[in-house]
Amino acid sequence: MSAFTDFDTIMERLASRKLWDFPGGVRPNGQKALSNTHPIDQMPLPKTLFVPLKQHIGVDADLIVKVGDHVKRGQPLTESHNPFAVPVHASSSGTITEIAPKVSAHPSGINELTIVIETDGRDHPVKYTPIADYLNQERACLIEAICKAGISGMGGAGFPTHVKSNNVKPLEFLIINGVECEPYISADDRLMREHAWQIRQGIDILEHLLSPKQVIIAIEDNKPEAFKTMSLACQHQTSYQVVSIPTKYPAGGEKQLIQVLTSREVPSDGLPVDVGCLMYNVGTCFAVSDAIIEGKPLTERVVTLTGKALSQPKNVWARIGTPVSDCLQAAGYEPEKQPYPNIIMGGPMMGFTLKSAQCPIVKTTNCLLAPAKRELPTLEQEKPCIRCSACADACPVSLLPQQLFWYSKSKEYELVEDYNLFDCIECGACAYVCPSEIPLVHYYRVAKADIRQQKIDKEKSEKAKVRFESRKARLLAEKKAREEKHRLAAEARKKAMKSDGSGAKDKIAAALARAKAKKAQQAMKASSPDKKEDLSANENPIPSNNAVASSVAESKHGENKSDKIAAAVARAKAKKARQQQEAKANGVNAEDKKPQPQNGASSAGDAGTETPAMDTSNSDSDKKKKIAAAIARAKAKKAAQQKNNDT
Amino acid sequence: MMSYFSLAVLAVAVLAVIFGLILGYASIKFKVQSDPLVDQIDNLLPQTQCGQCGYPGCRPYAEAVANGDEINKCPPGGESTIKDLADLMGVEAKPLSAAHGVEDVKKVAYIREDECIGCTKCIQACPVDAILGAAKQMHTIIIDECTGCDLCVEPCPVDCIDMVPLQETSQNWKWKFSQTGTGDIPIRTVQ
Repeated sequence: MSAFTDFDTIMERLASRKLWDFPGGVRPNGQKALSNTHPIDQMPLPKTLFVPLKQHIGVDADLIVKVGDHVKRGQPLTESHNPFAVPVHASSSGTITEIAPKVSAHPSGINELTIVIETDGRDHPVKYTPIADYLNQERACLIEAICKAGISGMGGAGFPTHVKSNNVKPLEFLIINGVECEPYISADDRLMREHAWQIRQGIDILEHLLSPKQVIIAIEDNKPEAFKTMSLACQHQTSYQVVSIPTKYPAGGEKQLIQVLTSREVPSDGLPVDVGCLMYNVGTCFAVSDAIIEGKPLTERVVTLTGKALSQPKNVWARIGTPVSDCLQAAGYEPEKQPYPNIIMGGPMMGFTLKSAQCPIVKTTNCLLAPAKRELPTLEQEKPCIRCSACADACPVSLLPQQLFWYSKSKEYELVEDYNLFDCIECGACAYVCPSEIPLVHYYRVAKADIRQQKIDKEKSEKAKVRFESRKARLLAEKKAREEKHRLAAEARKKAMKSDGSGAKDKIAAALARAKAKKAQQAMKASSPDKKEDLSANENPIPSNNAVASSVAESKHGENKSDKIAAAVARAKAKKARQQQEAKANGVNAEDKKPQPQNGASSAGDAGTETPAMDTSNSDSDKKKKIAAAIARAKAKKAAQQKNNDT
Repeated sequence: MMSYFSLAVLAVAVLAVIFGLILGYASIKFKVQSDPLVDQIDNLLPQTQCGQCGYPGCRPYAEAVANGDEINKCPPGGESTIKDLADLMGVEAKPLSAAHGVEDVKKVAYIREDECIGCTKCIQACPVDAILGAAKQMHTIIIDECTGCDLCVEPCPVDCIDMVPLQETSQNWKWKFSQTGTGDIPIRTVQ
């Protein structure tokens, strides 16, 4: 821990309000006043909720409900034993009408498995199990409760909160992120103003779980009201400090905020806990408080509805799964009045344009932005990079965006990685300052996706190689074993021949003698048929016993056996049909001398028309049909191949 | 005079023997089992083992390339593999040879299971053991292991194997540049 600023120095600086800074950054117009002047509204309960199964980083959980089930608010819909899976809950009471892929809250808009709940309007909750005396509870119990409440980071990335809280490394600073640096968004601002007390309860729980040396609550200095309420809520906690930090985008980035508060830099491939810090969003703290103190799982969140295309921009409590269109309607959005209806999920810097207004609010949705025509410029034609290095000055991670752009564009991915592409936090500051209107982040995202795909492909090809090699080795071993067996058999034969002494002649003589004896026997049998009957009569009792046994078995597995017989009959018939067909096909060949492909088709067609006729005569038509169809396909294929060979 | 001359010859001869011994020892001690170039080429190839290059697998093709065969015979690898091979071999990259096929989207084999007759022919054809099944039992493909080499399609007597493109999910989705014009990523606010 000596590599970076020690705890005492940081505490001194915090006490004297002298913070550090991160490189670069931009100062866009905040536009927060659009939405932060009204208290948080309660959205009317939507008629239909679309709850996607996966709303966080990690893995899917397993469904535990089915279509037609009636669910109550807060009832878990999925569960999993995988530690990286977070369950989702029904956001209101109602009936599950569909579980199907629906448009997702993702820039691609690709359909993802979604549970559709038709709400009944009563909003009945399940019985909550609060853990009010959390101070006396086991750590594991609290972490499990957080997991079961379905909480994942609500700042944007959606990292499962219980995984983050299960920290065992030494922790100095627990940082609560109320910075909200992106323009337009004011959800955390309003939450801090109105629910500072619950947020503090959440911080108390996290503090109890993680036992840091110091808790820092960071709020940007453009939110003085939130700063005041949070300071008030935390005034009796000596180890809590509410810090106002200068407004600069992206100060709310995890690594940037740690740098501002502690001057420590999170290593390139490391985590904040490597520098003794952990960070939670204020929204997450609120959800943790709800989950532990009241036992309520995460079913709603604050969403900022803003943009000049809305007549009443505001913050609302929206149920998880509410369609975006419902939210916008509540804020007075009229899509028909918009020349370019364009909805952005997230802020203007890091958000993405939605493919469809039907997509749902998910746990990470903090803002819906509906800009008016002139509010956000449509991207102009990208001009060439003039190497002005404005992007490098703006980059909060001190990368060289112009180089990254250059190599991303030319797909020189090794070089891009050498320039630390994966340290890019995609904040968009470089694109914001670019005078040539280059969508830089876009290039980085494509390059990142390509590199990840390449890595996956590489892994896959390694695996294929190993499997191919092992298969080759196995085949070789099998071949050797076979050869060895043959060799041994041949040796044994040779040995036997040799040990016989008198050699082959005797053997031939013996074989001849055997053959003669057999012939004589057959001749005798033929001459006396009565005798043979006697013999068979004598032999019969034993098989007949078997028959009795088998008939008993038959009475047990009667269906099975009759099925088998029917199948055999069907096979035989199919074979006959095939032979007939073959004859017919040959006949056609001879008569018409048509080109082969038509023959193939016609024979397949014949099979198709002929088989149903046979089906009517047989009971298990299904199986037979299948067999006949298979044969027809095989024949068609053969014919096609023949034709290929001919030509 | 003569003695100097013979001394020099002797010295050089002794040196030659010593170095000869060292080199001879080194050639045994540091012997490379296979051609490292072949391994390098093999690592660049996509390992689909599809045989579209005309060789029975990726490694044989790697050997052929090491011996001077063309580098543009691998359709599954496509442009990027050709580029990598060109860098490695120090030759010009050239377009994919049309005789060996065209670069296609990633596909995996899919067996229409109710039509499968359980003949095991595809199992024998699969170079990476990605098909599960037994005689007269329905077969199925392990998607994660399938390289999309196409080799199982031909032997199937009832044509019940399809090559289907891999589905795009939000995990493997890539940002598309065609969308930037319509403001796909909002990146700046008007002051």
